[in-house]
Amino acid sequence: MLLYAIQTAVVAAHTTWQKYLRPAFLRDAILLPLLGFAFLIALWWVVATFVTTLLPTPAEAFIDNLDYILNPFYRRGPGDLGIGWLLLASLRRVFTGFLLGSLVAVPIGFWIGASKKAMMAINPIVQILRPVSPVAWLPIALAVFNLANPSAIFVIFITSLWPTVINTALGVSSVSSDYLDIARVLEMPRWRQIYKIILPASLPYIFTGLRISLGIAWLVIVAVEMLTGGIGIGFFVWDEWNRLSLSSVFLAVLVIGLTGLVLDILLVQIQRIITHRPVQQS
Amino acid sequence: MIKPLTHFPSDSDKHLGASSDFLIIEDLTKTYRSADGNKSVVLDNINLKIGEDEYISVIGHSGCGKSTLLKIVSGLEKASSGSVRLQGKEIRKPGADRMMVFQHYSLLPWLTVRCNIRLAVDEVLEHVPPVEKSRIVEEHLAMVNLTAAADKYPDQLSGGMKQRVGIARALAIRPKVLLMDEPFGALDALTRGKLQRQVLDIWESHRQSVIMVTHDVDEALYMSDRIIMMTNGPAATIGEILEVPFPHPRNPQEIRESHEYYEYRNHALNFLDRHFNREE
Repeated sequence: MLLYAIQTAVVAAHTTWQKYLRPAFLRDAILLPLLGFAFLIALWWVVATFVTTLLPTPAEAFIDNLDYILNPFYRRGPGDLGIGWLLLASLRRVFTGFLLGSLVAVPIGFWIGASKKAMMAINPIVQILRPVSPVAWLPIALAVFNLANPSAIFVIFITSLWPTVINTALGVSSVSSDYLDIARVLEMPRWRQIYKIILPASLPYIFTGLRISLGIAWLVIVAVEMLTGGIGIGFFVWDEWNRLSLSSVFLAVLVIGLTGLVLDILLVQIQRIITHRPVQQS
Repeated sequence: MIKPLTHFPSDSDKHLGASSDFLIIEDLTKTYRSADGNKSVVLDNINLKIGEDEYISVIGHSGCGKSTLLKIVSGLEKASSGSVRLQGKEIRKPGADRMMVFQHYSLLPWLTVRCNIRLAVDEVLEHVPPVEKSRIVEEHLAMVNLTAAADKYPDQLSGGMKQRVGIARALAIRPKVLLMDEPFGALDALTRGKLQRQVLDIWESHRQSVIMVTHDVDEALYMSDRIIMMTNGPAATIGEILEVPFPHPRNPQEIRESHEYYEYRNHALNFLDRHFNREE
Protein backbone atom coordinates (compact mmCIF):
# COMPACT_ATOMS: atom_id res chain seq x y z
CA MET A 1 0.00 0.00 0.00
CA LEU A 2 2.70 2.40 1.03
CA LEU A 3 4.69 1.34 -1.94
CA TYR A 4 1.74 2.08 -4.17
CA ALA A 5 1.32 5.58 -2.66
CA ILE A 6 4.98 6.34 -3.20
CA GLN A 7 4.72 5.06 -6.70
CA THR A 8 1.77 7.31 -7.57
CA ALA A 9 3.47 10.29 -5.96
CA VAL A 10 6.57 9.63 -7.97
CA VAL A 11 4.55 9.29 -11.16
CA ALA A 12 2.69 12.54 -10.42
CA ALA A 13 5.91 14.39 -9.71
CA HIS A 14 7.38 12.85 -12.78
CA THR A 15 4.60 14.06 -15.06
CA THR A 16 4.68 17.54 -13.52
CA TRP A 17 8.40 17.92 -13.87
CA GLN A 18 8.66 15.87 -17.01
CA LYS A 19 8.68 19.00 -19.09
CA TYR A 20 11.58 20.47 -17.15
CA LEU A 21 13.54 17.27 -16.80
CA ARG A 22 13.35 16.30 -20.41
CA PRO A 23 16.89 16.02 -21.78
CA ALA A 24 16.20 18.49 -24.60
CA PHE A 25 14.89 21.09 -22.16
CA LEU A 26 17.82 20.61 -19.80
CA ARG A 27 20.23 21.02 -22.64
CA ASP A 28 18.60 24.01 -24.36
CA ALA A 29 17.50 26.05 -21.37
CA ILE A 30 20.22 25.31 -18.83
CA LEU A 31 23.31 23.56 -20.13
CA LEU A 32 23.96 25.52 -23.30
CA PRO A 33 23.44 28.97 -21.72
CA LEU A 34 25.68 27.95 -18.82
CA LEU A 35 28.28 26.82 -21.31
CA GLY A 36 28.16 30.24 -22.97
CA PHE A 37 28.66 32.06 -19.68
CA ALA A 38 31.39 29.64 -18.66
CA PHE A 39 33.26 30.41 -21.84
CA LEU A 40 32.94 34.16 -21.26
CA ILE A 41 34.18 33.89 -17.69
CA ALA A 42 37.04 31.70 -18.80
CA LEU A 43 38.03 34.29 -21.37
CA TRP A 44 37.90 37.00 -18.70
CA TRP A 45 40.05 34.83 -16.46
CA VAL A 46 42.65 34.29 -19.17
CA VAL A 47 42.83 37.99 -20.04
CA ALA A 48 43.02 39.00 -16.36
CA THR A 49 45.72 36.48 -15.61
CA PHE A 50 47.98 36.67 -18.66
CA VAL A 51 47.31 39.90 -20.54
CA THR A 52 46.96 42.70 -18.03
CA THR A 53 47.51 43.10 -14.33
CA LEU A 54 44.92 45.85 -13.97
CA LEU A 55 41.94 43.53 -14.38
CA PRO A 56 40.76 41.40 -11.46
CA THR A 57 40.04 37.75 -12.09
CA PRO A 58 36.36 36.75 -11.75
CA ALA A 59 37.00 35.37 -8.28
CA GLU A 60 38.74 38.54 -7.12
CA ALA A 61 35.99 40.67 -8.60
CA PHE A 62 33.36 38.68 -6.78
CA ILE A 63 35.11 39.11 -3.43
CA ASP A 64 35.70 42.83 -4.01
CA ASN A 65 32.03 43.33 -4.84
CA LEU A 66 30.55 41.38 -1.96
CA ASP A 67 29.85 44.56 -0.02
CA TYR A 68 28.02 46.14 -2.98
CA ILE A 69 26.04 43.00 -3.64
CA LEU A 70 25.02 42.43 -0.03
CA ASN A 71 24.23 46.10 0.76
CA PRO A 72 22.89 47.67 -2.40
CA PHE A 73 21.15 50.50 -0.52
CA TYR A 74 23.72 51.80 1.97
CA ARG A 75 24.31 55.50 2.66
CA ARG A 76 27.72 56.23 4.06
CA GLY A 77 28.09 59.88 3.29
CA PRO A 78 27.01 62.47 0.72
CA GLY A 79 28.71 60.85 -2.28
CA ASP A 80 29.01 57.32 -0.98
CA LEU A 81 25.82 55.49 -1.90
CA GLY A 82 25.02 51.83 -2.56
CA ILE A 83 24.77 50.71 -6.17
CA GLY A 84 20.98 50.40 -5.81
CA TRP A 85 20.66 54.15 -5.22
CA LEU A 86 22.87 54.87 -8.21
CA LEU A 87 20.74 52.61 -10.34
CA LEU A 88 17.55 54.34 -9.16
CA ALA A 89 19.02 57.76 -9.95
CA SER A 90 19.84 56.65 -13.50
CA LEU A 91 16.46 55.00 -13.94
CA ARG A 92 14.71 58.19 -12.82
CA ARG A 93 16.55 60.19 -15.51
CA VAL A 94 15.80 57.59 -18.16
CA PHE A 95 12.12 57.34 -17.26
CA THR A 96 11.64 61.11 -17.16
CA GLY A 97 13.35 61.66 -20.49
CA PHE A 98 11.71 58.62 -22.07
CA LEU A 99 8.22 59.62 -20.94
CA LEU A 100 8.62 63.20 -22.15
CA GLY A 101 10.11 61.95 -25.43
CA SER A 102 7.31 59.44 -25.97
CA LEU A 103 4.65 62.05 -25.21
CA VAL A 104 6.10 64.15 -28.02
CA ALA A 105 7.08 61.32 -30.38
CA VAL A 106 3.79 59.40 -30.53
CA PRO A 107 1.65 62.37 -31.63
CA ILE A 108 4.30 63.51 -34.14
CA GLY A 109 4.57 59.98 -35.50
CA PHE A 110 0.79 59.80 -35.73
CA TRP A 111 0.71 63.07 -37.63
CA ILE A 112 3.45 62.05 -40.06
CA GLY A 113 1.82 58.68 -40.64
CA ALA A 114 -1.58 60.20 -41.35
CA SER A 115 -0.61 63.22 -43.44
CA LYS A 116 1.59 63.20 -46.50
CA LYS A 117 2.35 66.90 -46.09
CA ALA A 118 3.46 66.45 -42.50
CA MET A 119 5.65 63.59 -43.68
CA MET A 120 7.27 65.83 -46.32
CA ALA A 121 7.88 68.55 -43.75
CA ILE A 122 9.16 66.49 -40.84
CA ASN A 123 10.76 63.41 -42.35
CA PRO A 124 13.95 65.20 -43.53
CA ILE A 125 14.52 66.52 -39.99
CA VAL A 126 14.10 63.03 -38.58
CA GLN A 127 16.40 61.49 -41.18
CA ILE A 128 19.19 64.01 -40.51
CA LEU A 129 18.97 64.04 -36.72
CA ARG A 130 18.37 60.34 -36.24
CA PRO A 131 21.95 59.18 -36.99
CA VAL A 132 23.44 61.78 -34.61
CA SER A 133 24.69 60.26 -31.38
CA PRO A 134 22.42 61.70 -28.70
CA VAL A 135 25.49 62.55 -26.61
CA ALA A 136 26.28 65.26 -29.17
CA TRP A 137 23.24 67.12 -27.85
CA LEU A 138 24.77 67.38 -24.39
CA PRO A 139 26.75 70.61 -24.91
CA ILE A 140 23.66 72.26 -26.41
CA ALA A 141 21.57 71.08 -23.47
CA LEU A 142 24.17 72.27 -20.98
CA ALA A 143 24.23 75.68 -22.66
CA VAL A 144 20.45 75.94 -22.39
CA PHE A 145 19.83 74.45 -18.95
CA ASN A 146 23.11 75.23 -17.20
CA LEU A 147 22.54 72.18 -15.01
CA ALA A 148 23.72 68.62 -15.36
CA ASN A 149 20.55 66.77 -14.46
CA PRO A 150 18.06 68.50 -16.81
CA SER A 151 20.67 68.26 -19.56
CA ALA A 152 20.98 64.51 -19.08
CA ILE A 153 17.20 64.19 -19.16
CA PHE A 154 17.09 66.30 -22.31
CA VAL A 155 19.58 63.99 -24.04
CA ILE A 156 17.42 60.99 -23.11
CA PHE A 157 14.39 62.90 -24.40
CA ILE A 158 16.08 63.37 -27.79
CA THR A 159 17.18 59.73 -27.79
CA SER A 160 13.64 58.53 -27.21
CA LEU A 161 12.18 60.56 -30.07
CA TRP A 162 13.39 59.00 -33.28
CA PRO A 163 12.58 55.29 -33.05
CA THR A 164 9.13 56.06 -31.64
CA VAL A 165 8.40 58.71 -34.27
CA ILE A 166 9.46 56.45 -37.12
CA ASN A 167 7.66 53.33 -35.88
CA THR A 168 4.47 55.18 -34.98
CA ALA A 169 4.41 56.76 -38.43
CA LEU A 170 4.96 53.36 -40.02
CA GLY A 171 2.20 51.84 -37.90
CA VAL A 172 -0.30 54.56 -38.71
CA SER A 173 0.44 54.54 -42.43
CA SER A 174 0.20 50.76 -42.63
CA VAL A 175 -3.13 50.30 -40.88
CA SER A 176 -4.89 47.65 -42.92
CA SER A 177 -7.30 49.14 -45.43
CA ASP A 178 -9.78 46.47 -44.30
CA TYR A 179 -10.06 48.16 -40.91
CA LEU A 180 -10.50 51.55 -42.53
CA ASP A 181 -13.16 50.11 -44.85
CA ILE A 182 -15.05 48.90 -41.79
CA ALA A 183 -14.82 52.38 -40.30
CA ARG A 184 -16.06 53.94 -43.53
CA VAL A 185 -18.94 51.52 -43.93
CA LEU A 186 -19.98 52.22 -40.33
CA GLU A 187 -19.76 55.95 -41.12
CA MET A 188 -17.38 56.66 -38.25
CA PRO A 189 -16.45 60.31 -37.87
CA ARG A 190 -12.74 60.99 -38.45
CA TRP A 191 -11.75 61.56 -34.81
CA ARG A 192 -13.48 58.38 -33.73
CA GLN A 193 -11.69 56.47 -36.51
CA ILE A 194 -8.44 57.74 -35.01
CA TYR A 195 -8.96 56.51 -31.49
CA LYS A 196 -11.13 53.47 -32.16
CA ILE A 197 -9.38 52.04 -35.23
CA ILE A 198 -6.07 53.69 -36.15
CA LEU A 199 -4.62 54.00 -32.64
CA PRO A 200 -5.30 50.42 -31.53
CA ALA A 201 -4.25 49.07 -34.94
CA SER A 202 -0.89 50.81 -34.77
CA LEU A 203 -0.19 50.07 -31.09
CA PRO A 204 2.11 47.12 -31.86
CA TYR A 205 4.28 49.40 -34.01
CA ILE A 206 4.20 52.14 -31.39
CA PHE A 207 5.38 49.66 -28.78
CA THR A 208 8.17 48.46 -31.04
CA GLY A 209 9.30 52.07 -31.26
CA LEU A 210 9.04 52.51 -27.50
CA ARG A 211 11.07 49.38 -26.88
CA ILE A 212 13.85 50.49 -29.22
CA SER A 213 13.76 53.97 -27.69
CA LEU A 214 14.00 52.71 -24.14
CA GLY A 215 16.80 50.32 -25.08
CA ILE A 216 18.86 53.11 -26.65
CA ALA A 217 18.02 55.48 -23.79
CA TRP A 218 19.46 52.97 -21.37
CA LEU A 219 22.61 52.72 -23.49
CA VAL A 220 22.96 56.47 -23.70
CA ILE A 221 22.40 57.31 -20.03
CA VAL A 222 25.67 55.58 -19.11
CA ALA A 223 27.64 57.71 -21.57
CA VAL A 224 25.83 60.90 -20.54
CA GLU A 225 26.43 60.33 -16.85
CA MET A 226 30.12 59.71 -17.49
CA LEU A 227 30.23 63.23 -18.92
CA THR A 228 27.93 65.03 -16.50
CA GLY A 229 29.02 63.35 -13.27
CA GLY A 230 26.73 63.34 -10.25
CA ILE A 231 24.94 60.33 -8.90
CA GLY A 232 24.22 57.54 -11.35
CA ILE A 233 25.39 54.20 -12.61
CA GLY A 234 27.21 55.77 -15.56
CA PHE A 235 29.29 58.11 -13.46
CA PHE A 236 29.95 55.22 -11.10
CA VAL A 237 31.63 53.34 -13.94
CA TRP A 238 33.86 56.29 -14.76
CA ASP A 239 34.60 57.09 -11.12
CA GLU A 240 35.60 53.52 -10.34
CA TRP A 241 37.88 53.48 -13.39
CA ASN A 242 39.56 56.62 -12.09
CA ARG A 243 40.15 54.82 -8.82
CA LEU A 244 41.36 51.79 -10.77
CA SER A 245 38.70 49.74 -9.03
CA LEU A 246 37.84 47.58 -12.01
CA SER A 247 35.97 45.00 -9.99
CA SER A 248 33.23 47.59 -9.50
CA VAL A 249 33.19 48.25 -13.23
CA PHE A 250 32.47 44.58 -13.89
CA LEU A 251 29.65 44.71 -11.36
CA ALA A 252 28.26 47.82 -13.02
CA VAL A 253 28.34 46.14 -16.44
CA LEU A 254 26.35 43.21 -15.08
CA VAL A 255 23.85 45.48 -13.33
CA ILE A 256 23.38 47.67 -16.39
CA GLY A 257 22.83 44.63 -18.58
CA LEU A 258 20.31 43.00 -16.26
CA THR A 259 18.43 46.27 -15.80
CA GLY A 260 18.18 46.77 -19.56
CA LEU A 261 16.81 43.26 -19.93
CA VAL A 262 14.24 43.83 -17.17
CA LEU A 263 13.14 47.13 -18.74
CA ASP A 264 12.50 45.44 -22.07
CA ILE A 265 10.60 42.57 -20.44
CA LEU A 266 8.45 45.06 -18.52
CA LEU A 267 7.59 46.94 -21.69
CA VAL A 268 6.69 43.70 -23.47
CA GLN A 269 4.36 42.79 -20.59
CA ILE A 270 2.69 46.21 -20.76
CA GLN A 271 2.28 45.78 -24.51
CA ARG A 272 0.73 42.35 -24.04
CA ILE A 273 -1.77 43.69 -21.51
CA ILE A 274 -2.72 46.68 -23.62
CA THR A 275 -2.88 45.16 -27.09
CA HIS A 276 -4.23 41.69 -26.21
CA ARG A 277 -2.02 40.24 -28.89
CA PRO A 278 1.09 38.07 -28.76
CA VAL A 279 4.25 40.14 -28.93
CA GLN A 280 6.90 39.41 -31.50
CA GLN A 281 10.25 39.04 -29.83
CA SER A 282 13.12 40.74 -31.54
CA MET B 1 -28.26 56.81 -36.87
CA ILE B 2 -31.22 55.50 -38.81
CA LYS B 3 -31.63 57.75 -41.78
CA PRO B 4 -34.73 58.73 -43.70
CA LEU B 5 -35.15 56.30 -46.52
CA THR B 6 -36.08 58.59 -49.35
CA HIS B 7 -37.54 62.00 -49.88
CA PHE B 8 -40.98 60.51 -50.28
CA PRO B 9 -41.28 57.66 -47.82
CA SER B 10 -44.97 57.05 -48.41
CA ASP B 11 -44.41 56.80 -52.12
CA SER B 12 -41.52 54.39 -51.93
CA ASP B 13 -43.28 52.21 -49.36
CA LYS B 14 -45.87 51.47 -51.98
CA HIS B 15 -43.15 50.37 -54.35
CA LEU B 16 -41.36 48.07 -52.03
CA GLY B 17 -43.80 45.27 -51.53
CA ALA B 18 -44.44 44.59 -55.13
CA SER B 19 -41.56 45.61 -57.32
CA SER B 20 -37.89 44.84 -57.55
CA ASP B 21 -36.95 48.52 -57.53
CA PHE B 22 -35.35 48.31 -54.12
CA LEU B 23 -31.80 48.60 -55.41
CA ILE B 24 -31.26 49.81 -58.95
CA ILE B 25 -27.95 49.75 -60.76
CA GLU B 26 -28.12 51.72 -63.96
CA ASP B 27 -25.59 52.06 -66.82
CA LEU B 28 -22.77 51.54 -64.38
CA THR B 29 -19.20 51.68 -65.66
CA LYS B 30 -15.92 51.68 -63.83
CA THR B 31 -12.69 52.81 -65.43
CA TYR B 32 -9.28 52.90 -63.86
CA ARG B 33 -6.63 55.23 -65.18
CA SER B 34 -3.24 53.56 -64.92
CA ALA B 35 0.01 55.43 -64.27
CA ASP B 36 0.89 55.69 -67.98
CA GLY B 37 -2.40 57.39 -68.73
CA ASN B 38 -4.10 54.40 -70.32
CA LYS B 39 -7.66 53.78 -69.35
CA SER B 40 -8.73 50.32 -68.45
CA VAL B 41 -12.42 49.57 -68.32
CA VAL B 42 -13.25 47.19 -65.49
CA LEU B 43 -17.02 47.21 -65.55
CA ASP B 44 -19.03 48.20 -68.56
CA ASN B 45 -22.70 49.05 -68.78
CA ILE B 46 -24.10 47.14 -65.81
CA ASN B 47 -27.87 47.28 -65.38
CA LEU B 48 -29.52 45.41 -62.54
CA LYS B 49 -32.55 45.63 -60.28
CA ILE B 50 -32.68 43.85 -56.98
CA GLY B 51 -35.73 43.24 -54.82
CA GLU B 52 -36.13 44.04 -51.15
CA ASP B 53 -35.93 40.44 -49.97
CA GLU B 54 -33.98 38.93 -52.83
CA TYR B 55 -30.81 36.89 -52.50
CA ILE B 56 -28.54 37.58 -55.49
CA SER B 57 -25.27 35.94 -56.38
CA VAL B 58 -22.70 37.49 -58.67
CA ILE B 59 -20.48 34.90 -60.26
CA GLY B 60 -17.58 35.15 -62.66
CA HIS B 61 -13.89 34.45 -63.08
CA SER B 62 -11.30 36.17 -60.93
CA GLY B 63 -10.61 39.67 -62.11
CA CYS B 64 -14.00 40.09 -63.77
CA GLY B 65 -14.77 43.03 -61.53
CA LYS B 66 -17.42 41.37 -59.41
CA SER B 67 -15.78 42.55 -56.21
CA THR B 68 -15.50 46.02 -57.69
CA LEU B 69 -19.22 45.97 -58.38
CA LEU B 70 -19.87 45.10 -54.75
CA LYS B 71 -17.56 47.84 -53.56
CA ILE B 72 -19.37 50.38 -55.70
CA VAL B 73 -22.69 49.34 -54.20
CA SER B 74 -21.15 49.63 -50.74
CA GLY B 75 -19.81 53.07 -51.64
CA LEU B 76 -16.20 52.14 -50.90
CA GLU B 77 -15.44 52.77 -54.55
CA LYS B 78 -16.98 55.31 -56.87
CA ALA B 79 -18.52 54.49 -60.21
CA SER B 80 -17.03 56.25 -63.22
CA SER B 81 -20.49 56.76 -64.68
CA GLY B 82 -23.99 55.53 -64.16
CA SER B 83 -25.77 55.27 -60.87
CA VAL B 84 -26.66 53.00 -57.99
CA ARG B 85 -29.86 53.90 -56.15
CA LEU B 86 -31.12 52.34 -52.95
CA GLN B 87 -34.82 53.05 -52.42
CA GLY B 88 -34.54 55.86 -54.92
CA LYS B 89 -31.60 57.49 -53.16
CA GLU B 90 -28.34 57.77 -55.03
CA ILE B 91 -25.38 56.03 -53.37
CA ARG B 92 -22.38 58.32 -53.12
CA LYS B 93 -20.49 57.16 -50.06
CA PRO B 94 -20.22 54.17 -47.74
CA GLY B 95 -23.06 53.71 -45.33
CA ALA B 96 -24.23 51.26 -42.73
CA ASP B 97 -27.44 50.56 -44.67
CA ARG B 98 -25.17 48.54 -47.02
CA MET B 99 -23.04 46.52 -44.66
CA MET B 100 -20.24 44.34 -46.00
CA VAL B 101 -19.11 40.88 -45.00
CA PHE B 102 -15.48 40.70 -46.08
CA GLN B 103 -13.72 37.67 -47.51
CA HIS B 104 -10.94 37.96 -44.95
CA TYR B 105 -13.34 38.77 -42.12
CA SER B 106 -11.85 42.20 -41.27
CA LEU B 107 -12.35 41.71 -37.57
CA LEU B 108 -10.50 44.09 -35.30
CA PRO B 109 -7.91 41.86 -33.59
CA TRP B 110 -7.68 43.98 -30.43
CA LEU B 111 -11.37 43.51 -29.62
CA THR B 112 -13.15 40.41 -28.38
CA VAL B 113 -15.87 38.84 -30.50
CA ARG B 114 -18.52 40.62 -28.46
CA CYS B 115 -16.72 43.97 -28.65
CA ASN B 116 -16.30 43.63 -32.43
CA ILE B 117 -20.05 43.38 -32.82
CA ARG B 118 -20.64 46.01 -30.17
CA LEU B 119 -18.38 48.46 -31.98
CA ALA B 120 -20.58 48.28 -35.07
CA VAL B 121 -23.78 48.50 -33.02
CA ASP B 122 -22.44 51.49 -31.04
CA GLU B 123 -21.52 53.25 -34.23
CA VAL B 124 -24.69 52.68 -36.21
CA LEU B 125 -27.50 52.45 -33.67
CA GLU B 126 -26.28 55.51 -31.80
CA HIS B 127 -29.53 56.49 -30.16
CA VAL B 128 -30.52 53.05 -28.97
CA PRO B 129 -30.26 52.72 -25.15
CA PRO B 130 -27.26 50.65 -23.95
CA VAL B 131 -29.42 47.84 -22.55
CA GLU B 132 -31.04 47.39 -25.92
CA LYS B 133 -27.64 47.48 -27.62
CA SER B 134 -26.40 44.67 -25.38
CA ARG B 135 -29.51 42.70 -26.18
CA ILE B 136 -28.93 43.13 -29.93
CA VAL B 137 -25.32 42.00 -29.56
CA GLU B 138 -26.26 38.92 -27.53
CA GLU B 139 -29.08 38.07 -29.91
CA HIS B 140 -26.76 38.10 -32.89
CA LEU B 141 -24.05 36.18 -31.04
CA ALA B 142 -26.64 33.50 -30.38
CA MET B 143 -27.86 33.64 -33.97
CA VAL B 144 -24.44 32.48 -35.22
CA ASN B 145 -23.84 30.15 -32.22
CA LEU B 146 -20.97 32.18 -30.82
CA THR B 147 -22.24 32.95 -27.34
CA ALA B 148 -19.64 30.60 -25.83
CA ALA B 149 -16.80 32.29 -27.71
CA ALA B 150 -17.99 35.85 -27.08
CA ASP B 151 -15.02 36.82 -24.92
CA LYS B 152 -12.36 35.37 -27.19
CA TYR B 153 -10.15 37.41 -29.45
CA PRO B 154 -10.23 36.85 -33.23
CA ASP B 155 -6.75 35.27 -33.14
CA GLN B 156 -8.18 32.48 -31.01
CA LEU B 157 -10.91 31.58 -33.51
CA SER B 158 -11.01 29.33 -36.56
CA GLY B 159 -11.76 30.81 -39.97
CA GLY B 160 -15.37 29.67 -39.88
CA MET B 161 -15.92 31.22 -36.47
CA LYS B 162 -14.32 34.46 -37.59
CA GLN B 163 -16.63 34.67 -40.55
CA ARG B 164 -19.63 34.01 -38.29
CA VAL B 165 -18.53 37.02 -36.28
CA GLY B 166 -18.33 39.01 -39.50
CA ILE B 167 -21.84 37.95 -40.43
CA ALA B 168 -23.22 38.64 -36.94
CA ARG B 169 -21.59 42.06 -36.99
CA ALA B 170 -23.13 42.84 -40.36
CA LEU B 171 -26.60 41.65 -39.41
CA ALA B 172 -26.58 43.33 -35.98
CA ILE B 173 -26.71 46.80 -37.49
CA ARG B 174 -29.75 45.85 -39.58
CA PRO B 175 -28.56 46.87 -43.01
CA LYS B 176 -31.04 47.23 -45.85
CA VAL B 177 -28.67 45.38 -48.16
CA LEU B 178 -26.17 42.80 -47.02
CA LEU B 179 -23.09 42.68 -49.22
CA MET B 180 -20.94 39.57 -49.04
CA ASP B 181 -17.60 39.42 -50.84
CA GLU B 182 -16.77 35.72 -51.25
CA PRO B 183 -17.81 35.18 -47.63
CA PHE B 184 -16.97 31.47 -47.64
CA GLY B 185 -14.01 31.66 -50.02
CA ALA B 186 -11.31 31.31 -47.36
CA LEU B 187 -12.94 28.37 -45.56
CA ASP B 188 -12.42 24.63 -45.92
CA ALA B 189 -15.15 22.65 -47.67
CA LEU B 190 -16.83 21.22 -44.55
CA THR B 191 -16.94 24.51 -42.68
CA ARG B 192 -18.14 26.21 -45.84
CA GLY B 193 -21.12 23.88 -46.18
CA LYS B 194 -22.10 24.36 -42.56
CA LEU B 195 -21.83 28.10 -42.69
CA GLN B 196 -23.80 28.31 -45.96
CA ARG B 197 -26.57 26.40 -44.21
CA GLN B 198 -26.47 28.78 -41.23
CA VAL B 199 -26.53 31.91 -43.34
CA LEU B 200 -29.37 30.61 -45.44
CA ASP B 201 -31.31 29.67 -42.30
CA ILE B 202 -30.90 33.18 -40.97
CA TRP B 203 -31.89 34.68 -44.28
CA GLU B 204 -34.94 32.43 -44.61
CA SER B 205 -36.18 33.62 -41.22
CA HIS B 206 -35.21 37.30 -41.67
CA ARG B 207 -35.44 37.92 -45.37
CA GLN B 208 -33.62 40.89 -46.76
CA SER B 209 -31.73 42.01 -49.81
CA VAL B 210 -28.40 40.20 -50.20
CA ILE B 211 -25.73 40.49 -52.85
CA MET B 212 -23.13 37.75 -52.61
CA VAL B 213 -20.02 37.60 -54.78
CA THR B 214 -18.80 34.06 -55.31
CA HIS B 215 -16.96 31.88 -57.77
CA ASP B 216 -18.65 28.70 -56.63
CA VAL B 217 -21.59 27.62 -58.81
CA ASP B 218 -22.98 25.19 -56.23
CA GLU B 219 -22.94 27.85 -53.57
CA ALA B 220 -24.75 30.29 -55.85
CA LEU B 221 -27.37 27.68 -56.83
CA TYR B 222 -27.97 26.60 -53.26
CA MET B 223 -28.30 30.03 -51.74
CA SER B 224 -29.56 32.56 -54.22
CA ASP B 225 -32.74 33.43 -56.11
CA ARG B 226 -30.91 34.80 -59.10
CA ILE B 227 -27.37 34.32 -60.36
CA ILE B 228 -25.76 37.22 -62.15
CA MET B 229 -23.14 35.73 -64.45
CA MET B 230 -20.41 38.16 -65.42
CA THR B 231 -18.40 38.03 -68.61
CA ASN B 232 -14.63 38.21 -68.32
CA GLY B 233 -12.78 41.46 -67.89
CA PRO B 234 -11.59 43.83 -69.14
CA ALA B 235 -14.88 45.64 -69.64
CA ALA B 236 -16.85 42.95 -67.87
CA THR B 237 -20.60 43.13 -68.00
CA ILE B 238 -23.58 40.98 -67.12
CA GLY B 239 -23.54 38.06 -69.53
CA GLU B 240 -26.63 36.29 -68.36
CA ILE B 241 -29.00 36.17 -65.43
CA LEU B 242 -30.03 32.75 -64.20
CA GLU B 243 -33.25 32.46 -62.19
CA VAL B 244 -33.07 29.78 -59.53
CA PRO B 245 -36.65 28.74 -58.86
CA PHE B 246 -36.14 26.31 -55.96
CA PRO B 247 -38.53 27.30 -53.19
CA HIS B 248 -37.29 28.34 -49.75
CA PRO B 249 -36.58 26.91 -47.24
CA ARG B 250 -34.09 24.93 -49.23
CA ASN B 251 -32.57 21.61 -48.43
CA PRO B 252 -29.22 21.00 -50.11
CA GLN B 253 -29.79 17.25 -50.50
CA GLU B 254 -33.23 17.67 -52.05
CA ILE B 255 -31.95 20.33 -54.40
CA ARG B 256 -29.05 18.19 -55.50
CA GLU B 257 -31.35 15.26 -56.16
CA SER B 258 -33.64 17.27 -58.41
CA HIS B 259 -33.21 17.01 -62.13
CA GLU B 260 -33.15 20.75 -62.78
CA TYR B 261 -30.23 21.25 -60.44
CA TYR B 262 -27.83 19.69 -62.93
CA GLU B 263 -29.31 21.56 -65.83
CA TYR B 264 -28.75 24.83 -64.03
CA ARG B 265 -25.35 23.77 -62.85
CA ASN B 266 -24.21 22.72 -66.32
CA HIS B 267 -25.66 25.85 -67.79
CA ALA B 268 -23.73 28.03 -65.38
CA LEU B 269 -20.52 26.03 -65.75
CA ASN B 270 -20.80 26.12 -69.54
CA PHE B 271 -21.22 29.86 -69.36
CA LEU B 272 -18.08 30.18 -67.25
CA ASP B 273 -16.15 27.80 -69.51
CA ARG B 274 -17.14 29.66 -72.60
CA HIS B 275 -15.95 32.92 -71.15
CA PHE B 276 -12.78 31.35 -69.95
CA ASN B 277 -11.91 29.89 -73.34
CA ARG B 278 -12.55 33.12 -75.14
CA GLU B 279 -9.78 34.75 -73.20
CA GLU B 280 -7.23 31.98 -73.63
